[in-house]
Amino acid sequence: MSLDEATIRRIATLARIEVPQAELEATAAKLSGILNWIEQLNEVNTDNVAPMSGGTVSGGTDLTLPWRTDVVTDGDQQEMVLANAPEAHAGFFAVPKVVE
Amino acid sequence: MTDLTSFTIAAARDRLAKNEFTALELTDAHLKAMEKAKGLNAFITTTAEVARTRAKASDARLQTGTAGALEGIPIGIKDLFCTEGVQTTAGSHILEGFKPPYESTVSQKLRDAGAVMLGKLNMDEFAMGSSNGTSYFGPVKNPWKARSRPPDSEAGDLVPGGSSGGSAAAVAAHLVLGATGTDTGGSIRQPASFCGIVGVKPTYGRCSRWGIVAFASSLDQAGPMTRTVRDAAIMLKAMCGHDPKDSTSAPLAVPDFEAALGKGVKGLRIGIPKEYRPDGLNADVALLWDAGVQWLKDAGATPVEISLPHTKSALPTYYIVAPAEASSNLARYDGLRFGQRDRTMGNSLDEMYAKTRAAGFGAEVKRRILIGTYVLSAGYYDAYYVKAQKVRALIAKDFTDAFSKVDAILTPTAPTAAFGLHGKQDDPIAMYLNDVFTVPASLAGIPGASVPAGLNNDGLPLGLQVLTKRWDEETMFRVCQVLEDAARFPTLKVAP
Repeated sequence: MSLDEATIRRIATLARIEVPQAELEATAAKLSGILNWIEQLNEVNTDNVAPMSGGTVSGGTDLTLPWRTDVVTDGDQQEMVLANAPEAHAGFFAVPKVVE
Repeated sequence: MTDLTSFTIAAARDRLAKNEFTALELTDAHLKAMEKAKGLNAFITTTAEVARTRAKASDARLQTGTAGALEGIPIGIKDLFCTEGVQTTAGSHILEGFKPPYESTVSQKLRDAGAVMLGKLNMDEFAMGSSNGTSYFGPVKNPWKARSRPPDSEAGDLVPGGSSGGSAAAVAAHLVLGATGTDTGGSIRQPASFCGIVGVKPTYGRCSRWGIVAFASSLDQAGPMTRTVRDAAIMLKAMCGHDPKDSTSAPLAVPDFEAALGKGVKGLRIGIPKEYRPDGLNADVALLWDAGVQWLKDAGATPVEISLPHTKSALPTYYIVAPAEASSNLARYDGLRFGQRDRTMGNSLDEMYAKTRAAGFGAEVKRRILIGTYVLSAGYYDAYYVKAQKVRALIAKDFTDAFSKVDAILTPTAPTAAFGLHGKQDDPIAMYLNDVFTVPASLAGIPGASVPAGLNNDGLPLGLQVLTKRWDEETMFRVCQVLEDAARFPTLKVAP
């Protein structure tokens, strides 16, 4: 499938990545090339095949995901949590002003 | 005195135990080699002070008889593993300056075993690449040189492969005795092949992913990169094991991989998949593969032609599944909690996110996030993502069927040897084809290893890949050892 510039703009918004107007066309061409190549999968018959959703084969004798008790196991580390923040104020992450 | 950078992990371990040299001497020799080989650009961050402190602690433990399995062994850590208080970048500008307050499970286990970290190794940005060319911190050079290229010129520089390119180059060049890598579609095995070393991707779930910067969570696995099969077995044992902090980490006992090495391959059935010999397969690669089959036959194994019918669908499947998971995993880089933020900020929170991510991610990472976002978006999810998950199930079934007939599978690791570093690398699909032989095993979650098996007609390393069924790394190591013994691969001898 060929992606047009409007589609690239829409995906870029969803992905929160700014794509400048000047790069839209080249981005569309590269992504379309990859998608066209990917579409060879349509030749594979997948009727009645269950999707494999993780790295482990589900069912059979293989491992299933474990459960654990829903309890707090960590916390009270405000300083460590904020240590890598580009901006932190008064114990909070700081964001651009969003309310006038 | 013997050059201290010439030892394998096994040899250094034995000599440290006999007090032939100290851990500090061993670490200092490697730090010196790193300094001399700065031109390879294998490291993003070097941690000489941390290393010397840990080496001294190792010496104390060696003296008191409380040494761990890797006590005093100098290693490198791929910059995808979070290391306490030491910058961890994932090869990306967006994480530049990030100092994790915690240690990844795998690197913690290596620390607990006494290994000494010398630094953080260069890699493709977020492990997305096959040449180390997408690193924000510049490309890594392969320590190997081609006969046909002038060695001391730009034309002589070869890529180390990727994404664990810094790890592969550092191990091959004797800057470290071993290194951690991670493999999502071939990122341990392909650079191991390009740099003439051993690289092991264990079964999905063998190593905890906790604290490893996530790329594609259903595929990512950590593994060792070393100069010998034995060293890989020693190092893998120290890296794996159940971790409650990773729900996909397997609650299984860790086998003694080293003990399996001497068992040979007599009576084993080795699958040779016909789909891995496409028209136009590189002649040297094909010859070496034939030689590998013969070596295993000579050692008493039986080669069996097998079919893995969905092989050709593996790469396109991977390029839906991996970008989809990446687009989700990389959503966390928002300029708020860690890493870089675009200081122009924009007029809204959304604009700040978009500007931060545009400035922080490189071209290939952005491309994969956009593809992943597209295939997960409303209206396309079933056509692309669910379709890929179904084909992935068929690829996994190919292997399950094959392993009902054979004990292991032998293939080439990569379709070519290392290529030029300064050549044109701007066709994404051409770059993706590097992983054509490694991606299927990643999708199936089975273990795979690359063993250096010979040189091509230009004097460059080529690896052979050994695959086995889930949780059967022991058979994989047995086959690898026989290949290594037969190949007599001319490993680079000491630091350049």
